Amino acid sequence: MGIKWDEFFVTGDPLIFASQIGIALTMIGALAALTYFKKWNYLWTEWLTTVDHKKIGIMYILMGVLMFVRGGIDGLMMKGQTAVPENEFLNAQHYNEVFTTHGVIMILFVAMPLLIGLMNFVIPLQIGARDVAFPQLNALSFWLTFSGAMLFNISFIIGGSPDAGWTSYFPLAGKEFSPGIGNNFYAVALQIAGAGTLMTGINFVVTVLKMRTKGMTLMKMPMFTWTSFITSIIIVASFPIFTVALALMTFDRTFGTHFFTISGGGMDMLWANLFWLWGHPEVYIVVLPAFGMLSDIISTFARKTLYGYKSMVISIVMISVLSMLVWVHHFFTMGNSAGVNSFFSITTMAIAIPTGVKVFNWLFTMRKGRIKFTTAMLWSLAFVPNFVIGGVTGVMLAMAAADYQYHNTLFLVAHFHYVLIPGVVFPIFAGLYFWWPKMFGYMLNERIGKWHFWLFVIGFNVTFMPMFFLGLDGAVRRAYTYSAETGFGPLMMISAVGSVILAAGFAALVYNIYWSARHADRNIGNDPWDARTLEWATATPVQHYNFASLPDVSKIDAFWHMKKNNEIQPLTEDEIEEIHLPSNTWIPIYMGVIFGISGFLLVFEWTIAAAIAALGIFAGLAFRSFDYDEGFHVHKDEILETERKWRKGANKGVKNHVS
Amino acid sequence: MDNHSKVFPISHVVGFFMSLVLTFGAAWIALQSSLSMKAVMWIIGTLAVVQAGIQLYMFMHMNEGDDKVTNNINILYSAFIAVVIVAGSIWVMTSGHSH
Repeated sequence: MGIKWDEFFVTGDPLIFASQIGIALTMIGALAALTYFKKWNYLWTEWLTTVDHKKIGIMYILMGVLMFVRGGIDGLMMKGQTAVPENEFLNAQHYNEVFTTHGVIMILFVAMPLLIGLMNFVIPLQIGARDVAFPQLNALSFWLTFSGAMLFNISFIIGGSPDAGWTSYFPLAGKEFSPGIGNNFYAVALQIAGAGTLMTGINFVVTVLKMRTKGMTLMKMPMFTWTSFITSIIIVASFPIFTVALALMTFDRTFGTHFFTISGGGMDMLWANLFWLWGHPEVYIVVLPAFGMLSDIISTFARKTLYGYKSMVISIVMISVLSMLVWVHHFFTMGNSAGVNSFFSITTMAIAIPTGVKVFNWLFTMRKGRIKFTTAMLWSLAFVPNFVIGGVTGVMLAMAAADYQYHNTLFLVAHFHYVLIPGVVFPIFAGLYFWWPKMFGYMLNERIGKWHFWLFVIGFNVTFMPMFFLGLDGAVRRAYTYSAETGFGPLMMISAVGSVILAAGFAALVYNIYWSARHADRNIGNDPWDARTLEWATATPVQHYNFASLPDVSKIDAFWHMKKNNEIQPLTEDEIEEIHLPSNTWIPIYMGVIFGISGFLLVFEWTIAAAIAALGIFAGLAFRSFDYDEGFHVHKDEILETERKWRKGANKGVKNHVS
Repeated sequence: MDNHSKVFPISHVVGFFMSLVLTFGAAWIALQSSLSMKAVMWIIGTLAVVQAGIQLYMFMHMNEGDDKVTNNINILYSAFIAVVIVAGSIWVMTSGHSH
């Protein structure tokens, strides 16, 4: 265990040195501000130890937005480097690190937390429940994800970033070719975050199966609940594969085993196989909840019930099955037999069928609807054509023979950005604008929202459309520079300019959050969008017990019918019972910290120290086993008071803030 | 549970004897028969799957209670995932020249 203290901090790069100083100053500033404003107690009792699904959801979203900034800066650095030929802004090693962290962070620490955050906030409300099935486990999920994300993020200032791509293919990612500790960060941090995600999956499967309110059968659930449910099942099916693969990677790198090495009887290709057995379902894990949000948002703003509800459900179940059967299309060119490649070509193309069904269902939902062009709806509308470009180029790539031409070029990079940005990021933005009032009691500004929308969508297309053509001209991905003779210069420059517009769009969102938090109208009623599902059938922002009496559901779009029948009435005293809720707990955040410390030591291969730190994990488990806290009761007076406040205005017609 | 105990638990008894037969059968084939290694593996593997089915349906209450449909879907889906991961990986890794 030779500890190389002189290599502990990354040195010698002015950009990283500036970041180190920036991070140190930000941390000192945050700690000082918390102390000065006496917010430590508030932070600890209201947020860090909470088990409330709404607050956990908001923390996930906050984390996702912060990580979006980090991943976005990585993206801008890549675009800056490749804007002109033979650029010397980043060297090859630094560029490798930047595209690796960009990929990992954007998928696992941006898309996943933002979606799981929205799921956390919305799903219990949509099914008329007071919390998820296992509230404390939910907090543990968050803190493990957060812990993994922080561990991964410090890699660029302490120890060095992973540099073998977000797929970390062996043999490159093995000890023989990447002797530094960078790739240990990948193996350990993703293991910790993955454990958190797996727990979320289990939690939401049980929540949806067991916690639905009276009358809400499976076929009456809102579409976002359906897609989150199927997503959770895919998580439970596929994340264990990643867990095993990462554990084997850790053994190879730390303890000298030979699972994926070239020498000693290892199979380097097995890593790619296991990675994509998880990695492809992962694509559907991020895209399905996004589809669900779009369904609910389009149905709300087209003011119609979702078209083809049953075919939607059948489609997402089909997608969940097919998602497990297509993984080889990520490595068609690695020398599989013609039989294997043909099989996986066909299953891949088959996925376009249920996806196409969904696209047509959204279009038919909008047909003859009285569409309101809110920001949330604009994102949903922009999703359709942009996502179809991504989908159709996906079918092109699905043909194994043609893939030999496209693979490893910027055509592929453009394709998956056209899938993931319109398919995941647009719906996340739509969801944020849509549910923001429910979370915070004020709406995001629509005018700034439209700036955000137009800048982002235009920037996105200007950035990634040229990459299709660059790829067809032969520009390879993950290359840090190119010569002027290739002729890639002009399109690369256009793409770089687009990325600046894209960044300006994101900046507009950040400004919108700041502006709305300060100036937005707080008096918006419980249902500002004239929406259709149960999360709008309670106060805004949602009271901590969600529903005073659990709603009774008889139809799809339950809240729409409640409004039509004037069912939201002031409650009388005998309709109210005391509500039993779980207490806060320090164990999840403690576990996050211990996992973080133990993981950090393991990254540096200080195995004995890591093992000692890991004893703290067992201490946490033991504390949890002897934790006899039975929760607390919300008293009738408090419920009556809260309910009176918001129900007063609820029947005087729907307040509409969007014209 | 009272009305359960009045009925003779015939399925449990059958399941118990089937388990014994399958276990000792597998042991006998593995230890005493002169079949080839490959044949032994296939036979005891098949017996193990049958054994697992007996455990699930005769002892683990797969077909009882409110959750029986969910339970059956779960088991089918797990079997599907297991086959995809194991058989799929073997197929992909041993065909062509990728291994």
